[in-house]
Amino acid sequence: MTTANEHPVVPPGLDSVSVVLAGSGGAGVMTAGNMLLEAAAHAGYYALMTRSSGPQIRGGEAAALIRIATRPVECMEDRFHVLAAVDWENVQRFDAEIPLGPSSLVLGDPDQGEPPAAFLRSGPRRAALPLKRIARSIPDARPNMVLLGALASLVGLPEASVGHAVGKSLGKRPASLGPSLAAVAAGRAAAADIQARHGLAPPPARAGARWLVTGNEAAGYGAIKGGVRFVAAYPITPATELLEWMAPALAEVGGTLVQAEDELASINMTIGGSYGGVPALTATSGPGLSLMIEALGLAVAAEVPLVVVDVMRVGPSTGIPTKSEQGDLNIAVHGLHGDAPHLVLAPNSVADCLRTTQWAVQLAEALQAPAIVLSDQFLGQARSVVDRPADTPALAGRDVAATAVPGYRRYALTDSGVSPMAIPGSAGNAYTADGLEHNERGNPSSQATDHVAQLDKRLRKLESFDYGDAWADLEGDATADAVVVTFGSCTGPVREALERAKADGLRARLVSLRLLSPLPASRLEAALAGAQRILVVEQNHSGQLHRHLRAECDLPGHVTSLRRAGALQFQPGEIHRHLIDWSRA
Amino acid sequence: MSGKSRVARQALPGSVEEFMACAYAMEVEAAERYAELADQMDTHHNREVAGLFAKLARIEGKHRDQILARMGWEHGPDAAVFRWETPEGPETTDYGELHYLMQPYHALRLAEHNERRAAEFFERFAAAPVPEDVRAAAREMAEEEREHVRLIQEWLARVPPPEPGWDEDMDPPAVAD
Amino acid sequence: MNETAVALAPAGYKSEVKPVWCPGCGDFGVVNALSKAFAKLALRPEDIAVVSGIGCSSRIPAYMSSYGFHGVHGRALAAGTGLKIARPDLTVVVTGGDGDGYSIGGNHFLHACRRNVDMTYVVMDNRVYGMTKGQPSPTTEPDWDSKLSPDGTGLREFQPMVIALASGANFVARGFTGDPNGLAEILVEAMRHPGFSFVEVLSPCVTFRPEQKEWKKLVQEDAFTPTADAKEAAGRLMHDTGFDLGVLYAGGRAPYAPRGPRAERPVEELERRFVL
Ligand SMILES: Cc1ncc(C[n+]2csc(CCOP(=O)(O)OP(=O)(O)O)c2C)c(N)n1
Ligand code: SF4
Repeated sequence: MTTANEHPVVPPGLDSVSVVLAGSGGAGVMTAGNMLLEAAAHAGYYALMTRSSGPQIRGGEAAALIRIATRPVECMEDRFHVLAAVDWENVQRFDAEIPLGPSSLVLGDPDQGEPPAAFLRSGPRRAALPLKRIARSIPDARPNMVLLGALASLVGLPEASVGHAVGKSLGKRPASLGPSLAAVAAGRAAAADIQARHGLAPPPARAGARWLVTGNEAAGYGAIKGGVRFVAAYPITPATELLEWMAPALAEVGGTLVQAEDELASINMTIGGSYGGVPALTATSGPGLSLMIEALGLAVAAEVPLVVVDVMRVGPSTGIPTKSEQGDLNIAVHGLHGDAPHLVLAPNSVADCLRTTQWAVQLAEALQAPAIVLSDQFLGQARSVVDRPADTPALAGRDVAATAVPGYRRYALTDSGVSPMAIPGSAGNAYTADGLEHNERGNPSSQATDHVAQLDKRLRKLESFDYGDAWADLEGDATADAVVVTFGSCTGPVREALERAKADGLRARLVSLRLLSPLPASRLEAALAGAQRILVVEQNHSGQLHRHLRAECDLPGHVTSLRRAGALQFQPGEIHRHLIDWSRA
Repeated sequence: MSGKSRVARQALPGSVEEFMACAYAMEVEAAERYAELADQMDTHHNREVAGLFAKLARIEGKHRDQILARMGWEHGPDAAVFRWETPEGPETTDYGELHYLMQPYHALRLAEHNERRAAEFFERFAAAPVPEDVRAAAREMAEEEREHVRLIQEWLARVPPPEPGWDEDMDPPAVAD
Repeated sequence: MNETAVALAPAGYKSEVKPVWCPGCGDFGVVNALSKAFAKLALRPEDIAVVSGIGCSSRIPAYMSSYGFHGVHGRALAAGTGLKIARPDLTVVVTGGDGDGYSIGGNHFLHACRRNVDMTYVVMDNRVYGMTKGQPSPTTEPDWDSKLSPDGTGLREFQPMVIALASGANFVARGFTGDPNGLAEILVEAMRHPGFSFVEVLSPCVTFRPEQKEWKKLVQEDAFTPTADAKEAAGRLMHDTGFDLGVLYAGGRAPYAPRGPRAERPVEELERRFVL
């Protein structure tokens, strides 16, 4: 029975399969999901996993959403192939996140009752496995492991890879390894009779190193690669994991992380550390960013480099802490009082969290200005198998006044706008960094001439800097009339939609903005030259990116805003449909 | 340090050297303070009193230099944290006595008060069980300070006393960060 | 602590910037005392950072020849904490007023005391918001009449020394600007003492609280006998007049230090955590 189904039966096999493991908290669906992801990685596939859970602190319903593919993937698909549940307790709350279709398979334990009607509307195929009874027949075994075995079989993951994943996960509890492996094998055997299979095509040949990483981890690593050695922060979902990853990592490279008493403290500690010459960062989410705004203005005025990673969640207020939204663009760009030029960047994939955060640190240091990195809950918490991101070139670091300069002027009006910064400890250059408007020496001044000169200087350093090609990812056919402009986690579904369109013979370009402020308007206008139709895709209610683009540059052609508030990520199909409609128009 | 009482801080001088070190510290502190007060008055555009404080600073500076010359010292002893019986040296003006609208009369009253305190300070030494040469030096210094008191009083006599309401300001304070 | 052989006179620790303060303001005494304390400790000015928030008193960093940081209202302790943890080699002195420290920055005060980072916090308490022209602060008497709070706030005064002691400050003292020499001695001890040292400084505001000129008659020099016993110190505070000066408490708590194993490994080694 087992051997017959070792290899998938659906030739030639799918290049992408999406599955959901669901059930009550405590049933271990998250653990099983992680193992499935690990198994896919071990087998040589790319993969992406997100998680959803109910509001209960413990024991609530939970779902692991996993996509396994033969090429890198950055978003979920339009439909899930398999929805498998240990039980159906309130799992219908995830209805909107788990689109199914007639070819999907809904798999459950018949002893746990019928699947909720919401999941049956699309007329999926159904299968039943007595997970609990099977588990009970094996000493110390659990239903989630039975389900893992069954699912691995249904998508065609090799037994050895599943064994590896289970071993890796239970390494610290060897006593449960035997029962777990037995349960996995029993699940695999039990699934042999299920007809509705979604077998994967063989994995691609492995070209280079691959990582299993979340966006939060990648951002943390990018920060350290960029030079960050001091972090002060206050926990907040969904940024906490970034900080929890950084705490031990920093300790290994001679850095320090402090848990502050609130975000007012964390941003000001970050400023203090950076003023001391140590590249510094804090991470937070919307509510925390709101508290940090005053001090960000201080960093602008006093010209203290630092990075704030805002892992955006649904706002306003406490909003929906566990869901993604791109609603902080406005506050990130415009939230500071006064004229306060600073940097706003956005990573556009899990792997890109590394590059963009590293770049943000480099830019902040080079320009002596604060940088806000707009990551989001999806990117931050999605765990993904990716190719090792390419190393990016180092930038010139902070311009430090290392030797004593007679009559040192901390805020000297240089051509570039960047003036050498003295670091405490360096003799002869002592100065007072000030959030009060100041003259070149840093002495408080209420003169309009000093104010304007310093405003010009602070703007000049950001506007005259050569950001190179990293400001956006420009992809697709550069001569196409149709352009999709987007940023952040919307890039994944847009990319996939463009690939599909290309397969349909449609021509389109992608502009995924990495540098949102200062917006490189002339480069953007060049990238959009000749466009007849522009679709601006973003995940917020009011079209914040659309408005930002409208305000900052002249958009050619006919511009459409495709926007949706948070909680539900875009699917490639929605964007693909727009491109098709355009081609027909 | 802080646990000790003020009186214990100031041992009686056992030699002329020790005594003059004390006198020197007193003059240094007084001169520096007058200079600082002159700056404060200058910042607040009270030029007249600023000039007066600057003059007093020069006078105290001269006394300081006279002590150096008399003792044949190149640099004076460390006056930085000299421990006085009173919070500050007996000739030092209390920061809290200033007002930005104060008039020369007020400044001279402060100077008179300082000189008198200085004289009393030396007189106490002269009356204390100290070696004879110290007593002689203390008497001499006390005499000088008394002379200063007289000079300042003469000066005061030439300065009109302030009208009532001298500290009234038509404008509200202008601070605000 | 950066005590060196390079001796500078106290005047060497003052900058050329002329204070904007009202003549008669107590804060002048703090510049005086701080520069004497730095001189006494023979610190190199470049190894000192004076950090502040916003207020009259918070203008102090620019008046010193050391490095300075004049941040936003209420967050001086946070900026100082970040600086000291990132740069443990520096001598960090955080300064500010009672409004800055106990009202808008109150939460940071509690946590700075319990975090016990090795720095000194000097609060110039004038029981009023000077910079914004005379509103009551947390230490203002309940019946002090002002435009914003006519007939007073009716609120009990905040007790900084009680709070500092209860929150874990390792050194608690009170000085008076009318006695810059005595204050300098306290500051020297505070800076030498490991951990978070809190120095409450009675610093009269001649402009909005002219009656505070009387403080010099009320203060009690050396009223506290320093103790390392927090209980004893707490007991002593129960009969504090508010004008008792000196070092109340010098405790033995270990100052803040990052915990857990630390290393200086190459950054690329961190990648191992991701590699499949
Ligand atoms: C966020 C913010 N709120 C309010 C102010 C206005 N403000 C400036 S100083 C100050 C109070 C200063 O009082 P205190 O700290 O006691 O210092 P003092 O001026 O008495 O020395 C206030 C409310 C500000 N600068 N920033
Ligand atoms: S208003 Fe008060 S606190 Fe401010 S400078 Fe004047 S006297 Fe000092």
